[in-house]
Amino acid sequence: MKTSYSQAINKALIEEMKRNKKLVCFGLGINDSLNFFGTTKGLEKKFGHDRVFETPTSENAMTGIGVGMSLNSNPCVMMHQRLDFFLLAMDQLVNSAAKWHFMFGGKKSVPITIRLVVGKGWGQGPTHSQSLQSWFSHIPGLKVVMPTFPKDAYNLLKKAIRDPNPVIFIEHRWLHNVEQETKKIKYKSTKYLPELISKGADFTAVSYSLSTIEMLSLKKMLNKNKVSFDLIDLKSIKPLNISIIKNSLKKTKKLLILDSISHPICSVGSEILSQLYREKNIKLIKPPILLTLPDVPTPTSTYYTKDFYIKKADIINNVSKLVGKKIKFVSNDSNLHDVPDSNFKGPF
Amino acid sequence: MKKNISKKIYEIQKKIRIVEEKIASNYNQNRMRCPTHLSIGQESVAATSGLALSHNDISISYHRSHAHFLAKGGSSKKLFAELHGFDEGCSKGVGGSMHLIDLKNNFYGSTAIVSNSIPVGVGLAYSLKLAKKKNLVCIYIGDAAVEEGVFFESINFSVLKKLPVVFICENNFYSVYTHIKERQPKKRKIFKLASAIGATSHSFKQDNPFKLFQKFDELFKKIRKNPMTHFVEIETFRYLEHCGPNDDTSLGYRKLQEVKKWKKKDPLAFSRSYLTRNKILNKNQIEILDKKININVDKDFNFLSKLKKPKFKDIRKLVYKA
Repeated sequence: MKTSYSQAINKALIEEMKRNKKLVCFGLGINDSLNFFGTTKGLEKKFGHDRVFETPTSENAMTGIGVGMSLNSNPCVMMHQRLDFFLLAMDQLVNSAAKWHFMFGGKKSVPITIRLVVGKGWGQGPTHSQSLQSWFSHIPGLKVVMPTFPKDAYNLLKKAIRDPNPVIFIEHRWLHNVEQETKKIKYKSTKYLPELISKGADFTAVSYSLSTIEMLSLKKMLNKNKVSFDLIDLKSIKPLNISIIKNSLKKTKKLLILDSISHPICSVGSEILSQLYREKNIKLIKPPILLTLPDVPTPTSTYYTKDFYIKKADIINNVSKLVGKKIKFVSNDSNLHDVPDSNFKGPF
Repeated sequence: MKKNISKKIYEIQKKIRIVEEKIASNYNQNRMRCPTHLSIGQESVAATSGLALSHNDISISYHRSHAHFLAKGGSSKKLFAELHGFDEGCSKGVGGSMHLIDLKNNFYGSTAIVSNSIPVGVGLAYSLKLAKKKNLVCIYIGDAAVEEGVFFESINFSVLKKLPVVFICENNFYSVYTHIKERQPKKRKIFKLASAIGATSHSFKQDNPFKLFQKFDELFKKIRKNPMTHFVEIETFRYLEHCGPNDDTSLGYRKLQEVKKWKKKDPLAFSRSYLTRNKILNKNQIEILDKKININVDKDFNFLSKLKKPKFKDIRKLVYKA
């Protein structure tokens, strides 16, 4: 049986709504005919309009309302189809949700999960494509998770919902159709920890969310070139635990961080590098490589985005540099760089 | 009105005044090292609405919240400790004057960013509705709060969902040192703005606290019976500076005459004479009552001298709930 990312999220939401009769879900578009990319299918019908509701287009108030509900025994899942709109809610996120437990001396915490979808390609442009995990991670009091695979999305969303603290749950739109072979999908108690998802010898690759899929898609070709790598999928940006990365580096001594949905300054990648640099026992034999988007907002035109996004060839050339080997490959970067696959049609 | 209620109205007002004066007179010792917005002059709104709220009604407030906290039953001991930064404070000294909480009395918190607590209050009310409880949420705001977008967003949702919410807008005319005429259209009353959004709107007066209490009491009973969003605007006045313990007429943004005009119709003085005029308490009895309040407030304040200095390492774990 195959389960897609959006099905996994849908299943997690339905099960959690059943499990906790006080849980509430809300967001713009969650009860429309497209069901928030299929992730909220059947929710309203099963649990009623009071617990699953459409909202006014009022991001800041709705975040604060979610804080109020979660303070008063109703944990919430709040959803935004594009992260960029959530920027209107920074006061309630940063000054209320993140601080409440601390600033009132631990009297009450805010069990709210905020699902944010990040866009890419098809002209999402400057204000429909920002992935701001670094921003959110900077704020004490928040947790930030970005699962890559359906099973992890399922487990981590459930964990986030049961977490007594606010959790930012970022989904890349291009992951919603990613499928994973699963038997019956069942909740497995999980931690906010990275995972070594593929083993190799020549270098350590660190990535998360869509970057992990990009890195994984090169595995076969690199193996054919007799290059293998440890691939570490972060899953959780905050808390960030780098011990598994350290262990891998002790073996490979070479590091490539693919942070392909982030801008370079104060990125997740630069944070990892900074932490590693301060470690006594990590000795790299080549300068580490960090691949990010340029320090430029996302352009809209497909002609521009071709050179804006990181291409497979960019990753391969850097791997080649890192392992000191020529790598043969056939580039298919020229077609369809702005959709996840040929079936995908915009605008969403 | 029952005599004991009249007495209570005076007593709460007086207690707030004495607590605030205690803070003001000790502030310059530099032990209360946090921005502090005193409510002197505005007590009657808090005292009467606080008394009209039932125990299970919730209230939430903004930066000038000492009065709201006390009127909902908050302890002056915990308030003083909070201002002094002690672990015994209502927020363990982490929050200070602008972050007060007393969950035992359903005072869910006051926050510092203008209008920040408004949506939180509306969310609390949504939960009351889900739980089918017959209570209400009272959201205290100032006149500048309606200038923030989140006010509009929140009251729109509250009206849409027929939530049991009462906004109490204390219009003291100034946002820090800027008069309302520089910030809002001259002829448009705040309560009319709220009415246009769909809330049932009222304009109450603070001068006679006994009448004000009756109005709140009737209104709150109505909301508990028939959950709806209401908005009350009350013109009021702070006697001291925006933030801190001093008179600030020397700054020139408001005239001494204006302050005098408001002090002349001081609601606390009105209450005092109302009690004697109506033979609820005689002068002597009022003096005894005042003395009792003073003694208790002194006791609560002096308790601070026994407290130990808290340590940063003990609050690190408060960032997340385990």
